[in-house]
Amino acid sequence: MSDTASATTHHTTSIGTLDIHSHEKLHEARIAIRGLDFYYGKDKALKSISLDLPDRQVTGMIGPSGCGKSTLLRVLNRMYDLYPGQRATGQAMMDGINLIDPKLDLNALRARIGMVFQKPTPFPMTIYDNIAFGVKLHEKLSKSAMDERVEWSLTRAALWTEVKDRLNKSAMGLSGGQQQRLCIARTIAVRPDVILFDEPTSALDPISTLKIEELIDELKKDFTIAMVTHNMQQAARCADQVAFFYLGEMVECAPAEELFTAPKQKRTQEYVTGRFG
Amino acid sequence: MSDTPEHLVKSFDNELKKLRLMLTEMGGIVEHQIALAAQAIVERDNAAATEAVAEDPKVDALERDIEQFVIRMLALRQPMAADLRMIVAALKITGDLERIGDYAANVAKRSIVLDQFAMPYSMAGVAHMAHLVQEQLKSVIDALDTNDSAKAVDVWRSDRVVDDIYNAIFRELITYMMEDPRNITPCTHLLFIAKNLERIGDHATNIAETTYYAVEGETLPDTRPKGDSSAYAVVRPKN
Repeated sequence: MSDTASATTHHTTSIGTLDIHSHEKLHEARIAIRGLDFYYGKDKALKSISLDLPDRQVTGMIGPSGCGKSTLLRVLNRMYDLYPGQRATGQAMMDGINLIDPKLDLNALRARIGMVFQKPTPFPMTIYDNIAFGVKLHEKLSKSAMDERVEWSLTRAALWTEVKDRLNKSAMGLSGGQQQRLCIARTIAVRPDVILFDEPTSALDPISTLKIEELIDELKKDFTIAMVTHNMQQAARCADQVAFFYLGEMVECAPAEELFTAPKQKRTQEYVTGRFG
Repeated sequence: MSDTPEHLVKSFDNELKKLRLMLTEMGGIVEHQIALAAQAIVERDNAAATEAVAEDPKVDALERDIEQFVIRMLALRQPMAADLRMIVAALKITGDLERIGDYAANVAKRSIVLDQFAMPYSMAGVAHMAHLVQEQLKSVIDALDTNDSAKAVDVWRSDRVVDDIYNAIFRELITYMMEDPRNITPCTHLLFIAKNLERIGDHATNIAETTYYAVEGETLPDTRPKGDSSAYAVVRPKN
């Protein structure tokens, strides 16, 4: 290599705002999970999981069906409390509080940790009320403040321009992709800290999927995100760190670029290359 | 890799095997080119030289095929981890092999010119160098074919010897040229031949680095064993 060429490679070159030599660093943990076990009755579905969800970054969770990744999301916002016989032990610490503490106020918890599901689940009411409904449970807002909040969340969910003229029409008339973005708007309307996505695009077409992915990229500036996905390319596109689960264990967790180019564990390697028996 | 299970999609496995085959085939042709070029110089064999040059279009065609195949696999298979590394490595290695083929053809062409001159000195150095780089290439293609990263490291280390011989030849030829200006034409050709062989060694080293990354998922250290100091043989560097 000539002297000039080697001189330039030692400098950090930038393309616009993109620093081509930067490697994304993982932030401090927003939620720190330590030694977490989860039981469906007698079946142990999660085995001693330890994982950090970095603040305002996306954690992707991948693994075959039944590996425990959705279960982990359900633990984080206590969905399992709805079902008798399911219990969790261990720690999932956020701001000094253990999220699985039975004495925790679940409504307050779920306002801070929102969840978006696989199938869009709009309420059978107007678009406006879909957003306002959740907000009213937690806050008393004036009409104008509520209008502002609805516009803010729909704008953040990249849906405002498409629905601003039909806020009083039923949400059931929206397309699948729009309904999913409405559900995201509804989730962020209560201004949570963390958003959990459980396969948010598996029922959507590829273009709606990309819109959601772009949205997730935008949302991570303000929210800490955990996303379960069956689509490895989606995890590669969206996530800062990726955790691979198998049979209730977390096999490997690494920055996305590392996990998909040079995973450390043999089982991860086999799974991401499609050699999984 | 013997301990790697088969891919769930058989046709993908077949494509990966085909990619390896194409690379080893290309490596074989290029290795043969070097052998022919060496024979052309040492034995003053013009037929061998012509054959080495004639192989070049085949190598170029294979390079294009491999590039196309790699792009196709990236687009249609979206490979990950070791597969991704192997496929990207193939793209880089095919480029290195094509350059090696060019250098070998250039050596062969110059040997035809060289044939017209009386050679009062030994070709042993050049012959030895040609033999070494041919061995390097053979080993590194083997390493690639069998995912043998240790073998790739051996090749990576061995390039220093080639560089040392090149430096010796460089000094020797300069001496001849200073002794008698009539030596300048053949010695210049010989110098280019030696340089081309030395470059072949460098590309073999590149292939070794790429192979190591493809197999291990990590890169060899930045400072590779470089021994070409001929740039300083006449003019001393300032510091």
